[in-house]
Amino acid sequence: MAKRFITLLLIALLAYMFLPFIVEVDETSQLNRVAEKYVTAGPLELGAANLVTAVIVTYRGLDTLGEIVVLFIAAVGIGFLLRKPSKKKIAAPKRSSSEILRTGSDFLIPLLILFGVYIFTHGHLTPGGGFQGGVVLTSAALLFMLSNTEARFNKQLTEVIESVSGIFYLIIGILGLILAGGFLDSRFLQLGEMGRLFSAGAIPIIYSIIGIKVGMELIGILEKLRKEEI
Amino acid sequence: MIDNFPYIAVAILMGLGFYTLIFKKNLIKIAIGITLIENGANLFLITLGYRKGSVAPIYTQAPEGANMVLPTPQALTLTSIVIGVATTALILSIAMIIYRKYGTINTDEVRRLKE
Repeated sequence: MAKRFITLLLIALLAYMFLPFIVEVDETSQLNRVAEKYVTAGPLELGAANLVTAVIVTYRGLDTLGEIVVLFIAAVGIGFLLRKPSKKKIAAPKRSSSEILRTGSDFLIPLLILFGVYIFTHGHLTPGGGFQGGVVLTSAALLFMLSNTEARFNKQLTEVIESVSGIFYLIIGILGLILAGGFLDSRFLQLGEMGRLFSAGAIPIIYSIIGIKVGMELIGILEKLRKEEI
Repeated sequence: MIDNFPYIAVAILMGLGFYTLIFKKNLIKIAIGITLIENGANLFLITLGYRKGSVAPIYTQAPEGANMVLPTPQALTLTSIVIGVATTALILSIAMIIYRKYGTINTDEVRRLKE
C-alpha cells in the first residue's frame, strides 16, 4: 500500500513538473536562431520546399543514418530472438480469409503501393517522405498477408533489396562528401526549380532509397513475427 | 486556456503511461505504457516547436509571407516515431519469447517460476 502511495505521489510530482507549461505559456511568435536559418536559407541552399525534409535528409543527415541503423539493429534483434521455431506447435487449422477481405484487398493493394511511392517521391514538396511512404508500403504488405494466409514473402529478396538500398544510401552520402560540401550533402545534383518533382538535388533520390529500405525492413519484421505460432 | 491544451494532453498521456508501467503486470500492457510515454514525449516536442499563428514549414503549401513553425522538432519527432516503432516491435518479440518459455506473460508468475 505504501509503495502504491509513493508511486502515485511520484506521478503527481511529474504532473506538477508540467504545471509551468500549462499556467504560463509564452506567446512568442519568433523563431529561434537555428530555425530562422533553416527557414530562410533552406529553400535557397537546397531547393527543397518541405523544410522538414531538408532538415532530415541534409542538415541532419547523420541523424537519419543513425536512425536507419537503429531500425536495422531492431530488425536483426527480432530475427535473432525468433530464430528458433517454437517447439510445441498448436495445430490450429488456418482459416482462409473472407470473401470481403479478399475482394477489398485486391482493390486496395495497388492503390496503397501507388500512394506509398507517391509519398516518398514527393517528400521534398508535400508532407511526407521516406519513412511514411515505407510504412504505407508495409501496410499494403500487411493487407496482403491478411488476405492470403498461405502466401509467404521471399525473405532473401526483401533482405537483398534492403541491403542494396542501404549501400546506395551510403554511396550517395560519400558522393556528397566528394562532389559537394560534406557527407550526405544533396547539392551535387542540379537544384532545379523549386516545386518541381525533379528538383532539390539528391533529396528525392535519398528519400526514395530510405522509403524502399524502411518498407522492406518492416515487411521483414512482419514476416518474422507472423511466422511464429504461439 | 485552449493554447496550453496540448501540454495538458502531454501530462495526461505521460501520467497514464507511468501508471501502466508501474502497476500493471501484463507484459503487453507494459509495452502499451511505454508507447503512451513515447507519444507524450513526441507531442511535447511538437508543441514546443509551435509558434502562435504559424503554418507548417512547407513552401509549396504555405500562403505568401506567413510565419512558419520550427522545422527541427518536427524532423526529430519523425525520427523518434520510427525508433519507437522499432523498439515496440523488439519489446513485443521479447514478450513472445517469454511466453514461449514460461507459458505466461504475467511478470509476477514469471519471477516465481524461475526460482
